[in-house]
Amino acid sequence: MKKNQMTAKHTLSAHNGPDAAFQIVVVAVAVLSFIMVVYPMYFIVIASFSDSTLVNQGQVILLPKGVSLYGYQHIFDNAQIWTGYKNTIFYSVVGTALNMAVTLPAAYVLSRKAFRPRRIIMALFVFTMYFNGGMVPTYMLVKNLGLLNTPWILIVMGALNVFNLIITRTFFENSIPEDLYEAATLDGCSHFRYFSTIVLPLSKAVIAVIMLYYLVGHWNDFFNPLLYINKDSLQPLQIILRNILLSNQAMAGSSGGGASGYAQQFADQIKFGVIIVSTLPVLCVYPFIQKYFEKGVMIGAVKG
Amino acid sequence: MRQASAGGSFAATTRKRSVGYYLKRDWQLWVMILPAIVYILIFCYGPMYGLQLAFRDYDFSKGFTGGQWSGMKYFMQYFTSPMFWPTLRNTFLIAFFSLVCGFPVPILLALVINSIHSKNGKRAVQTAVYMPYFISTVVMVAILQIMLSPTTGMLSNLLKAMHLVPQAANLMGDASSFIPIYVISGIWQGAGWNSIIFIAALAAVDSQLYDAAKVDGANRWQQVWHVELPAILPTIIILLILNMGNILSVGFEKTFLMQNALNKSVSEVIATYVFNVGIKSSQFSFGTAVGLFNTLVNFIFLVVANQISRRVADISLV
Repeated sequence: MKKNQMTAKHTLSAHNGPDAAFQIVVVAVAVLSFIMVVYPMYFIVIASFSDSTLVNQGQVILLPKGVSLYGYQHIFDNAQIWTGYKNTIFYSVVGTALNMAVTLPAAYVLSRKAFRPRRIIMALFVFTMYFNGGMVPTYMLVKNLGLLNTPWILIVMGALNVFNLIITRTFFENSIPEDLYEAATLDGCSHFRYFSTIVLPLSKAVIAVIMLYYLVGHWNDFFNPLLYINKDSLQPLQIILRNILLSNQAMAGSSGGGASGYAQQFADQIKFGVIIVSTLPVLCVYPFIQKYFEKGVMIGAVKG
Repeated sequence: MRQASAGGSFAATTRKRSVGYYLKRDWQLWVMILPAIVYILIFCYGPMYGLQLAFRDYDFSKGFTGGQWSGMKYFMQYFTSPMFWPTLRNTFLIAFFSLVCGFPVPILLALVINSIHSKNGKRAVQTAVYMPYFISTVVMVAILQIMLSPTTGMLSNLLKAMHLVPQAANLMGDASSFIPIYVISGIWQGAGWNSIIFIAALAAVDSQLYDAAKVDGANRWQQVWHVELPAILPTIIILLILNMGNILSVGFEKTFLMQNALNKSVSEVIATYVFNVGIKSSQFSFGTAVGLFNTLVNFIFLVVANQISRRVADISLV
């Protein structure tokens, strides 16, 4: 801390007026954006522990007031949420595994310059980023394939994301020296072996990043289940969240007549709690992967 | 590469090799890319094949491609329907304001983050501003609803306390506030994430350029203007082209979730309309036609934007 302050002072005094003004503006904007992003999220956290009446009167600003865990208790008693959780975890884990199994080998192949059809295949893939059949034909296709109302559609749909493919391919091209391949093939190494024993271990950064992309995509997916699933037992978390949070099929119903006043008092508390319970897992994964961002996304995205 | 290293004249005489030779040599590569090709063919090109539905009368008994050809009937039906202008206008307005208001914010944010001296401060700001990106659309809309609720919402209470609105305003149900809410919440959620790519471009700026600018007497503002902005200009243009191509593909999820009876006059966009007529009311041919119209307009925007930037700045996709 002290060191930072000293260097800051030093730079300030060494610069002329406009530069000092610049630095002040930078810090002001940075602090402001930080607060604008963090405060609403922090507010949701404290509101989930607080008495809804006090929250709505605007009394909960920095610390929770009227602390109770009623909301969370209610959430954990709710069978729907557990079903949604279970389904979402299944779709996310299996779906992401499939994503990786499809994307990584394909990206490797497309990064091999000796692979002759690579340009035409790449063009075929990229074209789908800008032109697609649209909602209805895709729905009809899924229906014809008999995947409607099966868990498989949520796993298979989006098995390959072309943008992630490009990031990965670019990473392979730029970060893995060609010499390694020459040396490996001289020793009689096959593509399978080279890919699994040399390329993958060297690509942790990009693997972590696209895995996060895919995982978050599955976790937050609302569109595909809305379209392709209407069985209650198969619904993922996002659909159940919508029912609870937006369509106001509030869990108040479960508490019956006499308790409805009590339920109302905590209605918003439950909502805030649901938001946290559903979002926390994703936010927990993110910091672990963040350190790979610079290496992974940036190399892939900028040159891609 | 490998052939060239195999030796001069030998490689030249054997350049014309049969397809079979390459298939045999590269069979492992083909195995590795096969799942991706199969997926793309079925799930991306399959629906494109299904686009012919827009030109046919869908027949339930005959399936996908069994109906009679009907020419442009379904397109004309859309163009002459009372929903044509509202859906097109709403889609365009939402997209336009999202682009105009939303596009510069990540660039500014990147310039600011890039100029923070303190390493920890930089990291803290970055981590924070990326985070909202991981919140799902459902949750985002729920947060908006709770915060903007007319009776109990934080924001309407605040506005009331400041006497900016006469009484509790129902912001989520007010047609005129739909677009501002949509755009502002979109910026809140995406600006940090979208700044990553500009931060990367800024990190690649050669430090000699800064030194040269300083020698010429440029202050920090001038460095931003003459060094940093020109350095990230190609990235800005590429992203602008890409965004132009998406101008009409306004996110289905958020509009759908934010839609209610009170704001439907401004929130019914092409995507939600396709869902309502195509999927919910099972007008498959009509829905396909509307969707295809949307895709084509997108594609035209993309091509035009690409051409303009090629002429003006010599930067283009592909």
